[in-house]
Amino acid sequence: MLQTEQLTINIGPQHPSAHGGLHVEAVLDGEVVVDAIPHVGYVHRSVEKIAESRTYAQFVPYTARLDYLGTHLPVIGYVQAVEKLAGIEVPERAEYIRVIMGELSRIASHQLFIGSLAIDLGATTGLLYCMRDRERIMDMFEMTSGQRLLAAYMRIGGIAEDLPPEFLPAVRSFVRDIPKMIKEYQGLLYGNEIFQARLKGIGKLSAQDAIAYGVTGPNLRACGVSYDIRKAEPYGIYDRFDFEIPVGSNGDAWDRLMVRNEEIIQSGRIIEQALDQLPEGEIRAKVPRVFKPEKGKSVYHRIEGAKGELGYYIVSDGGEKPYRLHVRAPSFVNLMALPLVSRGGLVQDIIVNIATLDPVLGEADR
Amino acid sequence: MSSQQAVIEDISNTWGNQIEVLEDEFFAGVKVPLQILPELFRKIRDEHGFNYLANLTAVDHQDRFELVYHIYSIPDNRKLMVKADVDHDAPSAPSAVSIWPTADWQEREVFDLMGIRFEGHPNLKRILLPDEFEGHPLRKDFQMKG
Repeated sequence: MLQTEQLTINIGPQHPSAHGGLHVEAVLDGEVVVDAIPHVGYVHRSVEKIAESRTYAQFVPYTARLDYLGTHLPVIGYVQAVEKLAGIEVPERAEYIRVIMGELSRIASHQLFIGSLAIDLGATTGLLYCMRDRERIMDMFEMTSGQRLLAAYMRIGGIAEDLPPEFLPAVRSFVRDIPKMIKEYQGLLYGNEIFQARLKGIGKLSAQDAIAYGVTGPNLRACGVSYDIRKAEPYGIYDRFDFEIPVGSNGDAWDRLMVRNEEIIQSGRIIEQALDQLPEGEIRAKVPRVFKPEKGKSVYHRIEGAKGELGYYIVSDGGEKPYRLHVRAPSFVNLMALPLVSRGGLVQDIIVNIATLDPVLGEADR
Repeated sequence: MSSQQAVIEDISNTWGNQIEVLEDEFFAGVKVPLQILPELFRKIRDEHGFNYLANLTAVDHQDRFELVYHIYSIPDNRKLMVKADVDHDAPSAPSAVSIWPTADWQEREVFDLMGIRFEGHPNLKRILLPDEFEGHPLRKDFQMKG
């Protein structure tokens, strides 16, 4: 029998498939993965420490840089946590606009997921199709906030500015086109035999392991667990919308893709309902620039981010700045499952597993 | 009586006046002495279905550290917060990795940034900062330099 030696190779942190600064130490026996240990921290900025020296309002733009691929979601999570802590009421119109922007962010994040998965598997055109469609969302973010990628559009107590007149037709036509986009991805990617062979049965995760390792979001739902914070613990006005939670059955890479694909459609449904119900009125509550939440009060507020449970734990000491702020980042916790899904597979599947666990390192490293 | 209260009552009955029920408008919780944490965690996981440790972090109160756990039950959709004080001079706490594996990286993060040792952790190393880094930045007495 051929004697083989275990070999350790480093994937990343500088690697196209490392999705921005992820370092995976892969221990290989021939082509079989013995272990795949993720190392994080390459883009650590210590945002939790920065928060302690900023007022509550000043910290808003920093949160946009956590999950920069679904940029409105971490900002919504943060401002809602502060509003809860300080007892601030948000006007109805602002709540609806938050839902619209949040779901657009989710779609943008999932489209980039599909596109980057395609290019990781060598299907460059897939990336171009997804980027082309995501571009329309970026344009809408630019219309509303002047910023395409890091749109810190939310404010404590509401949103920064009202929607411009060209926004509503743009978002309506985008939502109308979602089925067409999905059909194109289907024809170009999902129907492709090689694409399917690279994903089906790869990187399986059981529901039990997923929960034990704290995996959340689409990655958890792909394992067949119907758990979505928008339904389990509705925040904002999510209890007013009718939508489904797509779940998978095998917990493999293919299911992780299919769940996200279905979520794009569901997010479209939510946006449509929000547009139909969008009321007129105020967009921001009157919140003083500097305010002081009650001393000793703390809050843990969590939302369904594009990657999973995104939570903020904030402690107030009665001052104008948070005494302590902790971000529970879904990408950070989800990455713990990488060795679990990679062991026993092949080297090439590590790339698939990184892509389908969908970490964004800005959030994992904070 | 909601089942949420039943959990807290069960904990109160087991440990009596060792625990303190927290008055928190957002999150029902208990504050417990450090040494009963493993037993408490095992009890709520096995008897009350709290299968998902969502968040684990620590706060530096300068005279003491406070560990905070946000724990959920996915099947019953319940939540519980557990807090415990840690000594400031020799900060050490029991690890929860054997109960919820997700505590692994979260405890490493607390160790890295706050400097609390978790006894029984299988691989307690820095996670976000380089191994040779000195100090723990989230402590209030950490000196920042440009």
